[in-house]
Amino acid sequence: MGYLGEIFVMAMTAIFIQNFVLSRFLGLCPYLGVSKKLDSAMGMGMAVIFVMTLASAITFLIRKYLLIPFNIEYLQTISFILTIAALVQFVEMVIQKNAPALYKSLGVYLPLITTNCAVLGVAILNTKAIRPDGVTAYNFLDAVLNGFLSGVGFTFVLLAMAGIRERLEFSELPESMKGMPIGLILAGIMALAFYGWMGFKI
Amino acid sequence: MPIHTASIILMDSSLVQTLTAPILVIGGLGLAFGLILAFASKVFEVWVDPRVEQITEALPGANCGACGMPGCAGYADAIVHQGVDINKCAPGGAALVGKIAAIMGTDAVVTDKMIAVPFCSSGGYNNTNWKYAYQGIETCKAAVNISDGPNTCSWGCIGYNDCKAACPFDAIIINEHGMRIVDAEKCTACGACVRACPRGIFHLVPERRHVYIKCSSQDKGPLAKQNCGNHRPCIGCGLCSKKCPVQAITVENNLARIDYAKCINCGLCATVCPTKAILDTIAGTQKKAEIIPELCIGCTICAKNCPVKAITGEVKQLHTINQDTCIGCEICVAKCPKKAIKMV
Repeated sequence: MGYLGEIFVMAMTAIFIQNFVLSRFLGLCPYLGVSKKLDSAMGMGMAVIFVMTLASAITFLIRKYLLIPFNIEYLQTISFILTIAALVQFVEMVIQKNAPALYKSLGVYLPLITTNCAVLGVAILNTKAIRPDGVTAYNFLDAVLNGFLSGVGFTFVLLAMAGIRERLEFSELPESMKGMPIGLILAGIMALAFYGWMGFKI
Repeated sequence: MPIHTASIILMDSSLVQTLTAPILVIGGLGLAFGLILAFASKVFEVWVDPRVEQITEALPGANCGACGMPGCAGYADAIVHQGVDINKCAPGGAALVGKIAAIMGTDAVVTDKMIAVPFCSSGGYNNTNWKYAYQGIETCKAAVNISDGPNTCSWGCIGYNDCKAACPFDAIIINEHGMRIVDAEKCTACGACVRACPRGIFHLVPERRHVYIKCSSQDKGPLAKQNCGNHRPCIGCGLCSKKCPVQAITVENNLARIDYAKCINCGLCATVCPTKAILDTIAGTQKKAEIIPELCIGCTICAKNCPVKAITGEVKQLHTINQDTCIGCEICVAKCPKKAIKMV
C-alpha cells in the first residue's frame, strides 16, 4: 500500500469508522450545542479542524522532544491541556480580530474548545496510534494528518446534525420534544447509523 | 527522623534530577505560552468602542427591558452602533438622558417622566362588590377566567395584586384598606404593571398631570353605578368633556378619557363629575394668576388665551383676573409677552 493509500485508510477511519463524535463519543457538548444553525456549525467545525490540526502538531513535537527525552511522559495530560488551552486562546484572539462575525456566531463555544475532550482526545490517541502497517507508531506527518482528518470527521457530523435540525424546526413536534430532547434522540439514531461502519477493514 | 538523614535525602542528586526536568519543562512551556499570548493580545487587539462601556455603566443595570432591548448592555450597544434614541430608559429618567448625551456628545432630548396610575377606585377590602367567593389560585390572571371574575364590575380591580408582584421596583404599595398605591418616587414607568394587569387598569400618565379618571368601566351608566363597589364609576355622562376648557376629554364606550397631551391640570372636570369618578390630587392647592399692574401693557393676549375667560380688559388698559374663575392653568403666564402675570 502506497502512502496515498495509507492516507485514504486514515481518512476513512477518522471520518467514518472511528468518528470522534459518533463512535468515540468525544466532543458531544458542541455537537449538541452548536448544531442549531448550519453556518455557526460550519464556523465551529472550522475552528475545531484548525485547533485539532495545530494541537496534533504541537503536542506531537512536545511529546517527542520534551517528554520522551526527559523521561516525563507521565506529564503528558497536563502538558497537552496547557498547550491546547493556550492554543485556543490564541485562535480566539485571531478570529476576534480577523472575523468578528464568526467570533459572534461562535459565542461561548469557542472558549469551550479549550475543554473539548475531542481535541485532547486526538492528541492522546495520536501517541498510541499505530500506522496501517501494524508495527510503527505515527510520525509527525501522520499525527498532523490524523488531527486534521478527525476534525473533518467532527465537522462532517456536526454539519449533518445541523442540517437535520434546521429541517426539524419546520416539523410538527410534541411540545415536550422540541429542542434538546429530539436532538438527543437524533444523536442516538445517527450514532446507530455510524455503528454500521464498525469493523470495516480497508 | 534524625536531621542528618533528612539532609541526605534533600541532597540526593537523583531526586533533584527527577524534580528538575518536569519543573523546567512544564514551567518553561507555561512561560513560553504566556509570553506568546501576551504578545498576541497586543498584535490582535480589538478596539472596543469605550462609549459602550461608559453607557453600560451609566445605565441603572435593572435589565427591565423597558427600552425594548435585551438588557442594559444591549441598549448601550444599540445606542452606539445603531443610533437608537437615548431617551428610552424609563428607570434612568431625565438624569440618565443627560449622562448618555454627554457620553455620546448629542443633545439631551428629555421626555416627560411618566408614572403608572391605576384607573379604578375599587378593589380594596371594603369597596369591592363580590359576585361569588373566589377560592382559586390567588392571582388576578386566574381569577378573571372564572365567570368574568369574582367582582361584579367586569372592568374593575380584582385585588389579587398581580401588579405588585410584577413591579420590579417595589413601587406599588398595598395600604391598610387593601388598595394599591403607586409610589411616584419609585415608579419608573417600565410598564410591567400595565402588562401584568389582566383588566388593563394601569396606565402611564405624565407625572406632572394630577387629574385622573379613576374608572375603567365601559358599562352603561346605571349598570356601572350598580356594579361599582366604591360607588364612584364613570357613567359616561360627558359633563367633564363639556366643561374641559381645552377639549382634552373624550367619551367613548361610556367611558371618559383624558388626553394628557392637552390636559392643563385645571381640575374643572373633577368639580363637575356627578359620581366623583375624577380624582384631582392637587384640588384646592392650585395657585391663581395675578397681573403685575406696572408691567401690563394691555395687549389682550392673555384674555384671548384664557380657557375659562377669567381675564377681562380693554386694549391698552390694565387687565384684571377674576380669582374665582381662574383655574391656575398658567397658560396666560406662558403667553404674556411682558411676563406681567405671576402665580400666587
